[in-house]
Amino acid sequence: MAASPTATALRATISPKPPDRFRTLIGVVATTAPAALLLIVVVLFQQAWPSVTHFGLGFLAGSTWNPVTLQFGAWPGIFGTVATSLMALVIALPVGIAVAIVLAEQGQAGIRGAVGIAIELLAAIPSVVYGIWALYVLGPWTFQHLESPVSDRFNSVGWLSSASPRSLFTASLVLAVMILPTLTAVSRDVIRAVPRGLKENAIALGSTWWETTWRVILPSARAGIFGATILALGRALGETIAVTMVIGNNYQIPQSIFSPAYTLASVIANEFTEATGDLYPAALVELGLALILVTLSANVIALVLVRSATARAAI
Amino acid sequence: MADRRPIEQTLAQVGRPELLTVPGASPAKINVDSLSFFYGRNQALKDVAFDIPERKITAIIGPSGCGKTTLLRVFNRMYDLVPGAHAEGHVLLDGEDVVSTRNLLELRQKVGMVFQRPSPFPMSIRDNVAFAPRLLGWPSARIKTVVEQSLERAALLEEVKDRLNDPAASLSGGQQQRLAIARCIAVSPQVILMDEPCSALDPVATTKIEDLMSALMREFTIVIVTHNMQQAARVSDFTAFMLMNPEGRFGELIEFASTADLFNRPQDDRTEAYITGRFG
Repeated sequence: MAASPTATALRATISPKPPDRFRTLIGVVATTAPAALLLIVVVLFQQAWPSVTHFGLGFLAGSTWNPVTLQFGAWPGIFGTVATSLMALVIALPVGIAVAIVLAEQGQAGIRGAVGIAIELLAAIPSVVYGIWALYVLGPWTFQHLESPVSDRFNSVGWLSSASPRSLFTASLVLAVMILPTLTAVSRDVIRAVPRGLKENAIALGSTWWETTWRVILPSARAGIFGATILALGRALGETIAVTMVIGNNYQIPQSIFSPAYTLASVIANEFTEATGDLYPAALVELGLALILVTLSANVIALVLVRSATARAAI
Repeated sequence: MADRRPIEQTLAQVGRPELLTVPGASPAKINVDSLSFFYGRNQALKDVAFDIPERKITAIIGPSGCGKTTLLRVFNRMYDLVPGAHAEGHVLLDGEDVVSTRNLLELRQKVGMVFQRPSPFPMSIRDNVAFAPRLLGWPSARIKTVVEQSLERAALLEEVKDRLNDPAASLSGGQQQRLAIARCIAVSPQVILMDEPCSALDPVATTKIEDLMSALMREFTIVIVTHNMQQAARVSDFTAFMLMNPEGRFGELIEFASTADLFNRPQDDRTEAYITGRFG
């Protein structure tokens, strides 16, 4: 079809690019988020500078935290942060996915709706309330009914010995409850978005409900479930107040999962108001930098994993 | 009820006693008898009765909403997925009642299904075809042979034999549909149900699937639902015409005959109206 003169003229006026001023505006807005991240890191570095120059890279590996002798190292905090978050994921992931599978099934809308809303409401509870609940209810209960029996029985196993009402484990447990809504809600939506045809094909080939779910639906949804896991991990890594209330605030690498420990965020929250001098506050700010490093690494690792998984089996 | 009633009896049953002998008729594979179907309280099918002959292609045609897909999904009990759906009456596969059977997995191994959308599973081409054999726990040597045989029978092996480990999603639409057929025939079903298998495909891919159906007919009983009358006329040996009852809002079987008869000498005015395009 030959282009008529009017058509050519039209094409000249309707450019695929938006008008320039609008593009500039969008560009400015779009760069705000990365700029904010950059500024935060710059300011943190500036504040932490005395500590950065004083301790160097040894700060990350150091394991003492002594405001009196001004010896600071981040390693126990990093360990506590990563350990509580990973344990919380291990606890919450099976539960979250199981609930998501049930919620994504059709039928019996009443019960599913109620359970779905209840799970989402878990996200609306302020974390300090979780902290109080964990301090007065969850911690003592798990100490009495879970930690003590287990550590008595397996006292020879180092990482299961010496139970304590405030511990790495208690903190992980409360974190698991806190990340459950994120995990469940996102996984449920992802599982619901799996094309119905896949399920029908699997059923028509003679698979049971379980085989269909395990071999077809979950593999189709795995990228999204992984995304949900990363979101949840991000929340767990940064969670401060609830963890601070139940982790026991002991700046050491714990021997047992039932021993008190500390996380980066908890140290900052507990000590920032009391920090005086130059080096002490700077070291606390550097803990913040370490926390950013941890969360960024988690996200980068996730990105790499997703890329390699997609490359292996493009869905 | 007798296992293999001759097809003639059915034609008499649906009110066509004059067609007592159908050229090339073969024994019935599936007997449908006074079948009614309900989605909750809504009736979707009423008193459907006809026989599907063995190793022939039977087409079910009719306008949208006449219940042809519902009917097809009775044959492998796919309707079990829909809460509140239930069937009344009898559908006998080799004399065994499909409606009341408890062994759904065995039924679905005997009655395979190909859907409108091919829906390749998120795994390799090989694993897609091996899916049902693995559910049955076949030894891996047997699975390996079956995968190649099924792809060969589905006329896909030549195109994919060097990349069996590639993701199935990398195939074209027509190839995916042939993969779906290979996946379906891997466990040697006796009946293949096809629900609009070509409606998402281009003409070339459609021709390939139709040729494939003619080849598969020698081994399998094929039932195809299609809204495309030309396709029904091209590929099928027998045709069932369905229509929605305007008062009852349920689907009815209007006429069932050999395809040549149904298209050339329709006995019912509504059939004639539909196939001549004055309707629907």
